[in-house]
Amino acid sequence: MNSPAAAAPLTAQAFKSDYKPIWCPGCGDYSVLSSFTKAFAKLALRPENVAVVSGIGCSSRIPAYTNCYGFHGVHGRSLAAAAGLKLARPDLTVVVASGDGDGYSIGGNHFLHACRRNVDLTYVVMDNHVYGMTKGQPSPTTEPDWDSKLSPGGTGLRTFNPLVIALAAGANFVARAFAGDPNGTAEVIAEAIRTPGFSFVEILSPCITFRPEQREWKQLVRPAPVTHTDDAARAARRLMTDDGFNIGVLYKGERKSYQPPTGKGKKHPIDLEAEFAL
Amino acid sequence: MSKHKDKTKESISIAITGSGGAGVMTAGNLLLEVAAQAGWYGLMVRSSGPQIRGGEAAALLRFSQAPVECLDDRFDVLIGIDWQNIHRFADEIPLDAASVMLGDPEQGEPPEVFVQRGAHYAHLPFKQMAKAIPGSWANMIALGLAAGLVGLPLDSVKAVLQKSLKKGGGEKMAANLAAADAGYAAAAAVPAVPRLALSANRKSHDARWLITGNQATGYGAVRGGVRFCAAYPITPATEVLEWLAPALPKVGGVLVQAEDELASINMIIGASYGGVPAVTATSGPGLSLMTEAIGLAVAAEVPIVVIDVMRGGPSTGIPAKSEQSDVNIALNGLHGDAPRIVVAPNSIADCVAATQWAVYLAEAMQSPALVLSDQYFGQTRAVVDPPADIGLASERLKAGAGAEGYKRYAITASGISPMAIPGTPGTAYTADGLEHNERGLPSSQSGDHIRQLDKRAKKLADFDYGERWAEVEGEGEFAVVTFGSCTGAAREAIARAAAKGIKARLVSLRLLSPSQPGRLARALTGATRVLVVEQNHTGQLYRYLRAEYDLPGEVKSFRHPGPLPMRPDEIHQQITEWSRS
Repeated sequence: MNSPAAAAPLTAQAFKSDYKPIWCPGCGDYSVLSSFTKAFAKLALRPENVAVVSGIGCSSRIPAYTNCYGFHGVHGRSLAAAAGLKLARPDLTVVVASGDGDGYSIGGNHFLHACRRNVDLTYVVMDNHVYGMTKGQPSPTTEPDWDSKLSPGGTGLRTFNPLVIALAAGANFVARAFAGDPNGTAEVIAEAIRTPGFSFVEILSPCITFRPEQREWKQLVRPAPVTHTDDAARAARRLMTDDGFNIGVLYKGERKSYQPPTGKGKKHPIDLEAEFAL
Repeated sequence: MSKHKDKTKESISIAITGSGGAGVMTAGNLLLEVAAQAGWYGLMVRSSGPQIRGGEAAALLRFSQAPVECLDDRFDVLIGIDWQNIHRFADEIPLDAASVMLGDPEQGEPPEVFVQRGAHYAHLPFKQMAKAIPGSWANMIALGLAAGLVGLPLDSVKAVLQKSLKKGGGEKMAANLAAADAGYAAAAAVPAVPRLALSANRKSHDARWLITGNQATGYGAVRGGVRFCAAYPITPATEVLEWLAPALPKVGGVLVQAEDELASINMIIGASYGGVPAVTATSGPGLSLMTEAIGLAVAAEVPIVVIDVMRGGPSTGIPAKSEQSDVNIALNGLHGDAPRIVVAPNSIADCVAATQWAVYLAEAMQSPALVLSDQYFGQTRAVVDPPADIGLASERLKAGAGAEGYKRYAITASGISPMAIPGTPGTAYTADGLEHNERGLPSSQSGDHIRQLDKRAKKLADFDYGERWAEVEGEGEFAVVTFGSCTGAAREAIARAAAKGIKARLVSLRLLSPSQPGRLARALTGATRVLVVEQNHTGQLYRYLRAEYDLPGEVKSFRHPGPLPMRPDEIHQQITEWSRS
C-alpha cells in the first residue's frame, strides 16, 4: 500500500539510507540530516513521495544519505532543478539542500528568483561561513577579516545577509535554526514544508575542521525574543539589527504558491495543427 | 529531358524593403499568404538591422509551383517602400540587369550599390497613393503592386486582406483593400517581370501549412511528447518558446520562464527527472551557458531536448542572422567523455519531424538530445506540405514499483537501464553528476568509472537509428554532403547539374551525433568526389567528418560564414568546375 493514510507512519530512521556520509567527524550536517528525517517522519511522509535536491558542496551530499528520491546536480543550480521538478510534479514534496557557497555565491541569482517565484519548495541552507569541500575558502557569509590561503588577511568584503535578502525578494517563510538543536531544527523544517510557497530555512551548521571557533555557536544561539511576524518590513528590521544568532521562525507570509498557466488541457497535439493550416 | 528542372526559371524572387515601421514584414507575410491562397509554394526570409525597433528591414520572398526550400541566387524584383539604410542589404539582395527596382521618388534615389548592377528602375509614388486613400498605408500599396507584378490574382489578395484585417473594422479594411487595389493596378505599367503560372488545381493545396521553423520545432517537441518547457528569451529562438507558452497548457503541459539559461536547463532536467519529457530552446550564447548542465544530463542519464537556433557567432555575434557555426559546441562542447545525441532538421517542415525524433531518441536512450536549427529555418515562414508523423512513440524505460535491489545505473546489454520515477515506492535513488556505481552511489573507483563510461557510450552507439539518420538522394561519382539549412540549396544545385548531364548525389545528415560511419560509407559507395557544404568559417562539419569517417576519393570543403545564405548557384559552380578538372 502506498497511500500515507493506509500505511503506518515511518520512523525517522526509516528515511535514512545505508550509505555512509563523507563528512568530517563533528560536522553540523550530521544533525541536519537527522533533522530532515525527523521532519519527514513527523509529517508522516513516504520516502517515495519526497525528493531531496541539491547542488555541490558538503551539505549537498545529503540526498544520498536519505531513502528518498535524490537529485545531486551541478554547483549552484539546485533551486532551478527543484523548481522544474515541483512544477512538473506538484504531487511531490520537494526539499532543497544547499550551503553558503553553493546557495549564496554561485547560486545567488537563483536564490533571488526562487524567492520571487514562490514555488512551493523548502530551501534549507547549511551555513558554516566557509567552503569546506575545497578545504577552507571564504564564502559570502565569511567575516571580512577571516584569513585564508586564497584571500590572505581576509576578503575585506561585507557579509551577505541571506534572510533579509530572502524577505526583500519575496520568500514566504523565513527561519533560522541551529544544527546543535536537531529537534528544534526538525520542527522548523516541518513547519517550512507545511507552509505553502517558498520556505527558506538557514541553519547555522558548524564546520569544526576549517572554522573550529564555530564550536562556540552553541553558547551564542538563543531563541528569537519575539514570535514570528507576517510583516516582512518588521521582520527585516529585526534581522538587520540582530547578531545572527536568534533562532526560530522569523517570518510567515500569506503569498499563494506560484501556479504556472497549466496544465489541465485535454487537447491532443494534432489539435494544435489547425493554426498552421492555410 | 531530365526530370530535374532548372528552378530559376520556375520560381520568382521578390524583396520588399523599408525602414522599421514601414510595414515591410506585414506586407511580405501577406504576400506569402496570397501566394499560398493562389496555390503556390513559397517562403519569406526575414532580415533586419541590429536596431530593436525602427531599423532597416527586408522581407525576402521566393515563390514556385514546387516546394521552395532556399532563396535563389538573385532577385527579380526589389520594392523599396523607402531606401533608408537599405544599402546594407546589398549582399543579401543580389540584383542584375534583368531585375526591376521600384521606389517612391519622394524617398530619393535607390542606393547606388543597386543602381550599379544595372537593374531597371521604375518609380511609383507609394506615399502619395496611400495619402489619397485616407486610413491606408504605403505597405498595402506595395503588397498590391507585388502581387500584380508576379501575376497573383486580385481576388486572392482581397481574400487574404479581408481575413487578416477583420479585427481592424470596416473602415480600415476598406481603405487597405483600396490601397492594395491601387498598387495592383499600378503593376500593369511596370515592364517585364517574369511571372509564374497559377496552380490549375487549387483544391490540392488546401492541406498545406504556413509555418515557421521556430513554430515547427516547438510543435515537433509537443508531438514527441514534451510536456514541460523552461524558457529564457534569446534571438532567434524566442519564437519557439512563445509558441510553446500557450500550446503546452492546451495539452496538459507547463511552461515556466526562467531567470537565465543556467536555470532553464536545470529546470528541464529537474522536470524530466520527475518523469515529464522536457525541452528548452536557445541560441549560441545560451547553449554555451547550458553546457555544464547538459553534461549532468549525460552523467545522470536524464533525457532532455535542447533546441539551438543557430545565429552568427562567436560571442554576441550577429543575433538576427543565420550561421551554422554551433556544430563544434554541439558535438564537443562538454567536459569529460560525454556522448550526446545531435539532430539537425534539413527543412522547415523537417523541423517538426526532426524535433519529434529528437524527443523520441532522448527518451529512448535517457540522454540529452540537441536539435541544431538556425535563424534561417527558425524565422522563415514557408508554405509546406504537412510533415508526416514519424510513427515512433516516445517511450522511456521505467522501473516498476518495489523492484528488489533496484540499480538505477545497472549494466545492461543495450546500455539502457530502467529509470525509477519519483513517486514509485521501493526504487528511490539519487540521480548524480558524480561518477557512480550501478546503484547510483558516488564512486571514484576506476572500475565503476569505466563501466559507466562504457554504458553511456554503448547505449548511443548500439541504438538502431533506422533510415532517418540522413536524406540520401540520387547517384553519381559526385556527392554533396551537408546538413541543415544548406540542404535546400544543395538539392537545387544538384538538380541544375543534372540538367547539364552531371550526376551527383546528396547526403544531408540528420543525425550528426553519434557518427554513423558505416551508414555514410554505404551511402557514398561508388562516389569518388565528395563536396562538404556548410555555412561557417572553419569547416566545422568537414573537420568532424574527416575525424570520424573514412570518406572515399577526393574530399573538398565548400563553406562560407553567415549571414549570406548558401545559394544554389555557388554550389552548382563548385560541382561543374570540379567536374572539368
